Formats: sequence, C-alpha cells, structure tokens
Amino acid sequence: MSTMAEKIFELKLGRRVSPGEFIIAPVDIVYFQDGTGPLGIRRFNDIAMEVFKPDRVHFFIDHASPSPRKELSNDHKFIREFCSKMRTNLHDYGEGISHQIIVEKYAKPGDIIVGADSHSCTSGALGAFATGVGSTDAAVAMGMGTLWFRMPESYRIEISGKLGKGVFSKDVILYIIGKLRVDGATYKAVEFVGDVIEQLSMESRFTISNMVIEMGAKVGLIPTDKETFRYLKEMRGEDNFLEIVPDAEAEYEKEFYFSADEIPPGVAAPHNVDNWKSIEDVEGIPVNQVFIGTCTNGRLEDLRIVAKILKGRKKHPETRLIISPASKKVYIDALREGLIDIFIQAEAVILPPGCGPCVGVHAGVPADNEVVVSTQNRNFKGRMGNPNAQIYLASPATAAATAIKGEITDPRDFLD
Amino acid sequence: MTVLRGRAWKFGDDISTDHIIPGRYYHLRSNLPELAKHVMEDADPEFSKKVRSGDFIVAGKNFGMGSSREHAAIVIKLAKVSAVIAKSFARIFFRNAINNGLPVIIADTDKIDNGDELEVDLEKGVIKNLTKGIDIKIQPLPKVILDILKEGGIVEYIKKHKKLPVH
Repeated sequence: MSTMAEKIFELKLGRRVSPGEFIIAPVDIVYFQDGTGPLGIRRFNDIAMEVFKPDRVHFFIDHASPSPRKELSNDHKFIREFCSKMRTNLHDYGEGISHQIIVEKYAKPGDIIVGADSHSCTSGALGAFATGVGSTDAAVAMGMGTLWFRMPESYRIEISGKLGKGVFSKDVILYIIGKLRVDGATYKAVEFVGDVIEQLSMESRFTISNMVIEMGAKVGLIPTDKETFRYLKEMRGEDNFLEIVPDAEAEYEKEFYFSADEIPPGVAAPHNVDNWKSIEDVEGIPVNQVFIGTCTNGRLEDLRIVAKILKGRKKHPETRLIISPASKKVYIDALREGLIDIFIQAEAVILPPGCGPCVGVHAGVPADNEVVVSTQNRNFKGRMGNPNAQIYLASPATAAATAIKGEITDPRDFLD
Repeated sequence: MTVLRGRAWKFGDDISTDHIIPGRYYHLRSNLPELAKHVMEDADPEFSKKVRSGDFIVAGKNFGMGSSREHAAIVIKLAKVSAVIAKSFARIFFRNAINNGLPVIIADTDKIDNGDELEVDLEKGVIKNLTKGIDIKIQPLPKVILDILKEGGIVEYIKKHKKLPVH
C-alpha cells in the first residue's frame, strides 16, 4: 500500500514503486529563477537543441528583480532571449516569486514538478511531488521531459488539536524543524496530516511545505481535501483535479506526533533554522529591521494578519519595516482590501513582488551587527548579504508586533 | 577515477551553501572563475588562498544544506578540491556535486583532522589517513551515481550515452 509520494509515481508509471528504487519519470513542470537559470540554459545548450515541452517550462526573474547591477541585468537579458527563442514561459519583473506563481496558476495534485530553487517543495501542499534540484537537473528535465529520481522513503507527521492564539502555521513548522533538526528528514518524503493541518487554509499549508527543505526533505506533501479543491477552484476556476491521499495501510519509515498544545509562538534564532526558541525566551531583543514577505509568508492571508496588527499604529522609529507581496495577484488583492494603505500609514516600505532582501542581493541588506526579524525561511550566516548580521525567523504576526515595539514581541500582545 | 591524494581541510556540521558561496556574490554566478575566489568564504575567509590542487574538504554531518545553487559544487570543483568527504550530505548539494563530477564521499570523518594527508581509493572504498596511519571505510555509492561520476558528470554522461543513467 502506498504513501502519497509512491502514489504519485505509481500513477505516472502505471506500476508499483518502492523506496530506494532508481526511477526515470516524466516531469510535468520545470522551472528556473534568475540565479539558477543562466547556468541551466548553458547546460541545456550542451545536451539538447529543443525544449521538450515549452509550455511546461517557466523562467522567473524574481531574485534580483529589478536588477541592482549590470552583471545581473546581463543574466536577465540572457534568460529573456532564451525564453523568446524557445517559446518557454517568462515571468519578468513584478510578476512575483516563482513558487507563489506556480501554486496560483500551474501546480496540480499528482504532478511531478522540479524547480531549480530549493523551495520548489512549496507545491507539495497541493499534493504534487514538487522538489528542488540544481540547474543541471532542471536543464536535463527541460531537454528530455524526464529526470531520474531515487524513490524516497516516507515520514508521516501528525499534528493534532487546535492551534492557540497567536500560533500560525509558521510557528508549527519552526517548532517541528526544531525537534527534527536541520537534517532530520534528509532525502525523505514527508507527509503532514492531522486536525491542525486539516483546519489550515491552503495559504497556511504552503508555509509548511515550503520549509520541509529546512529539515533536508525532498518533498513535503499534504493530502488533498475540500480545502485543496476550494483553493484550486478559486485560483483556476476549474474543479477537475486528482485526489492524492495516502492509503490507510501505507508504510512509513518513521512517524512523528505533535500536539497543538505544545506549540507556542516561536522563532528560529541565528544561525540555523532548527535553533528554535519560544517567544518568551527572545522577547525584548532590539531589532533593526523587520521583513515581511517571501515564498514562505508573503501571501494575502499573511498580509491580512499583518494589517490587523499594524492598523492605526506606526512602526518603531528605530526599526525599518519592509513588506513585499509574494505575487502580483497578492499585491492587487492587498491593494483592493486597503492593506497596502495601512502598511504605508504604518511607515513600511513596500517592495515589488519578488524575493526581496531574503536572498542577500539587494533591497534591504542589513549592516554589521544588526538584528533582523524576517518571515523568510532561512537564517544562515550571510543569508541576507551580511555574515555579521543576526536573522530571526518568525510568523508574520510576530514580525508585525516586533516592528511596532522595535524589539522581539509576542504577537498575542496585539491580538484579541 | 584513480586514487586521489591531498591534504584535509576540516569543517564542522551543517555547512550551508551560504557558507560555501555567499548570496552577496550572486552577481558573479555567470563569471565562475571570479566566483570561485570566494569558495568557502563564510566558513574560512582564507580558504581560497590556502587550498591546493588535489586537497579534500572534510566535514561533519549535512554538508551543503540550503539553497539549490549548483554554483556551490562548481566553485569547490574549480578550486581543484578532489572530493568532499562528510558524515552526510544535504540532498540537492549531493546531486549537484555528482552532476558536476565532484566526488562526494560519505564516511566517518571523526578520525580526520585539519592538515592530515589522505589517500582515497573510490573503487576499493577506503580512505587512508597517511598522517594517522589508519584506514577509514567509505559508504558505497549506488551504481547510477558511480556511472555518472565515471563520465565526469551528467552532461558528459548524456552526451556520450544519449540517455539517462537508469536502466
């Protein structure tokens, strides 16, 4: 009997598969970003003449977007010329972050998706086998329409109960990574189940799947349910999608159980994602910059909770606040709902949809010895462009509360 | 792949791709020789000056965690490091290294110290620590991966065989 990962490959291949097996499988979606695309194109040119299916290939200029320097402008030009020649999809400045656009418009339950970006695992929340690969692997998939995989063993993580006040899916996944550690699921397919997952909106579920790479996992899957199909209907206007759920007798290499009661608002302290601390242990640490956005937490639901906390207030005078919607759609929706107005009144800087300062290239590189609270997914030394800065990862609510007080703040202080 | 010989440069656990090639050099990704001057910079700022052709990077668990940037494996190869030896590797880095023909060796690295002279025989599956006079066993790699390494990477493999390395 099959886990979700096994089921997806079995549907594609029409036969049983087992963990540890090496497989060649067809790939439904292949994508690159501006940091991995140029190398991918060069590798592609070494092995192929034609793109296998151009409509299934996407290039996103989201990392250094718009370009802060000439070398990157030349990389962007190289990508645009390739897309124009090969008729692949190009998502240029202002469209938003690759993973967000893929979940809004393209990923389907049962798909096999490879992206030349480690957070390509985000689409796992829709029941797609979505995983990050290097430029060369993505180039192979772009040229051949297939890729080789080692069938991963599966872990099952059940989270039961009801999340407390001020506790969001970001707090859940930071807590789980703190327990399993940064290499706790290396090479594994992780499935998330239980009441807590079932109660989460699709937007909150993406935050969980997005971060499975931070414990080394290959993919982070969530069974499709009513909420999955509601989201897909809302985004695509369609309702003919596969149901992807594990068999009741599926075999897991390991099973983990968490109760919502044990999970408070928390952060990942510098310089590792598994350096989990309860909010109570870090409250009061002065913060120079708050960044809200990214493929982890730059969606409409995130911006709504931030607006709820910032409404009628101003950020702390000595703390910079930077907000970036994850996609053009999120930006438009936030504008229409008046959220952007609230942010500007609170003296935030609004960046165009994209990765913003998360990748350390531009748009908010911290100074030496500065402390940053960010809703992003990584706090490695040097991540935001300065190895002498300290990065704390938190939920949008914690980030917003922190921006107001200028020090790490319990979001429950600002929630009813 | 014959026998590899060189000195060990020892690093700890959880060396991330940001340690190996920091995001602040993002603009150099299409200029690999320039990018390679910053190899391992946030783990050891002097590394690129000290490393010699044939040396090994030796680390603890989870080497290469983080981003999918294949440039991390490429700059290590451009520094003429002959292999990375670690207790375990992060998944994407592991594949990227193999795709670029950089051997990634899984072994117990506790008995290797900075500066130790090593001799690695991939086919026999053994690391000889010549400084300490001990042999360390290598965890065998699957055939698919050895086949790719033997051709010098996946691009070379596909050029030669016109197909993927799984039968």
